[in-house]
Amino acid sequence: MTSPAKPSHATATLDGKSLAEVERLAQRRIRQRHALVITLRILVLVVALGGWELAGRNKWIDPFFFSMPSLIFLQIVDWFQNGTSQGPLLLQVWVTLEETILGFLIGAVAGVVCGIVLGRNKLLSDVFSLYIKIANSIPRVVLGSVFVIALGLGMASKVALAVVMVFFVVFANAFQGVREADRYMIANAQILGASRRQVTTSVVIPSALSWILASLHVSFGFALVGAVVGEFLGSKQGIGLLISTAQGAFNASGVFAAMIVLAVVALAMDYLLTALEKRLLKWRPAAF
Amino acid sequence: MKQTPNLNAAPAIEFRSVSCRFVSPDGKATIALRDFSMSVAQGEFVAIVGPTGCGKSTTLSMITGLLKPTSGDVRVMGEPVDGIDPRIGFVFQADAVFPWRSVLDNVAAGPLFRGRSKSAAYDEANEWLRRVGLANFGKHYPHQLSGGMRKRVALAQTFINKPEILLMDEPFSALDMQTRTLMQDELLQLWGGTGSVVFVTHDLEEAIALADSVFVLTARPATLKKVYEIDLPRPRVTSEIRYHPRFVEISRDIWHDLREEVQIA
Repeated sequence: MTSPAKPSHATATLDGKSLAEVERLAQRRIRQRHALVITLRILVLVVALGGWELAGRNKWIDPFFFSMPSLIFLQIVDWFQNGTSQGPLLLQVWVTLEETILGFLIGAVAGVVCGIVLGRNKLLSDVFSLYIKIANSIPRVVLGSVFVIALGLGMASKVALAVVMVFFVVFANAFQGVREADRYMIANAQILGASRRQVTTSVVIPSALSWILASLHVSFGFALVGAVVGEFLGSKQGIGLLISTAQGAFNASGVFAAMIVLAVVALAMDYLLTALEKRLLKWRPAAF
Repeated sequence: MKQTPNLNAAPAIEFRSVSCRFVSPDGKATIALRDFSMSVAQGEFVAIVGPTGCGKSTTLSMITGLLKPTSGDVRVMGEPVDGIDPRIGFVFQADAVFPWRSVLDNVAAGPLFRGRSKSAAYDEANEWLRRVGLANFGKHYPHQLSGGMRKRVALAQTFINKPEILLMDEPFSALDMQTRTLMQDELLQLWGGTGSVVFVTHDLEEAIALADSVFVLTARPATLKKVYEIDLPRPRVTSEIRYHPRFVEISRDIWHDLREEVQIA
């Protein structure tokens, strides 16, 4: 008597359905769910913008104070075509971006260096940690006024504010990272034959680096805040100045339009940072 | 095959009346070891067991030179311990492989630190990865491996330096039972009978299965209570040796001694 051939995985049946069939059904359901989520997202956007537009046109809310999507759109188009009162729109974006990136780089390097030095030297850290804690508890944006007076209306004051915002975040992370460089890893490196310098470069710094990279996103966001707020307080160019000029002229559309430009810049930088993180932190477990 | 321990040469490790006193950061003083003497011959596999917290790991730190005794004398190969001896290898309980380096880079770390050329170091690293069965995982990162595989990376990382003395601080206690048994067999294979091993564990059966002698420590402040010679034949298969009648006898004797100390601690 011949035994029946064993069914292959794809056609093995249980309660009348083969595995392949069940998988097809499940995947179709996943696609449908995905389409539903996207549709609902678009719907929410349409309702929100549409409702705003309607409310403005029918004067349920005063468009002078609250503006409308159509007016904001026109403002952005106008800025693109005819430039802002300060110069071309993209120039404003570039100035703010330049201040942000410069502030971020300087603040990050300073934060890393101080974090490593204080992390390795217990005496220095005991002495200075009190002052750092005090400096950290002052809302840093108020230093912006000091910088405008000291450094003028040019880029320097905005960069300085961005540096200060970034420094404390990166410093805290680098400091932690150095302190927490697992003492077992350090002992392991020593027993494997590493000199003191090799221990620093191959255990302490990579460990601190991982903490620093983890704070990249947050610190870049702070740098952007520093640059824009600095521009509020006094400047000749930049998105922050666009916002404060529009505010002064009671141009609600202008304020919203500048906000949108800022949001686009922030999202673009966020995307780039995420890509960078993914490359540099690929050794990290997914939970991080 | 295992070579018989060389009892005529200087002992690989010797503790002479060693005492060790700790002062904690908030100023409390405790004595971890008191008048502790022991000797490990070259080529001997020694297991150290004792109640938790008695100071087993402290003895290992003193052999590496990372910790200095308060009084007494620690000697390695007849010479007093002075700084980190390159002939010593250490396997930790916790994961001490570098998570930001690939598996291959981790294994090559020892030779690279010690000044070998890159090509020589990586050739040896590849060879060791093959020996521990991770030849296809060179480019992976430690977090992508299971606990047992990470332990094998740690073993390769240690063995690549050809240590004459291997110190192990409860290396397998973080692994599940099945993986632990596999690792014990791998360890015996990699050790091959040359070089001395000091294996600290709280698992008595692991100690008897692996070692030539088992040293039983008292509760804190620790001193050497008794040395048991394990006369089980080699080569051993750890999963089977525990059913050997002599194993059961030895196990009962040592546990009798150990239980007294565990109850004091």
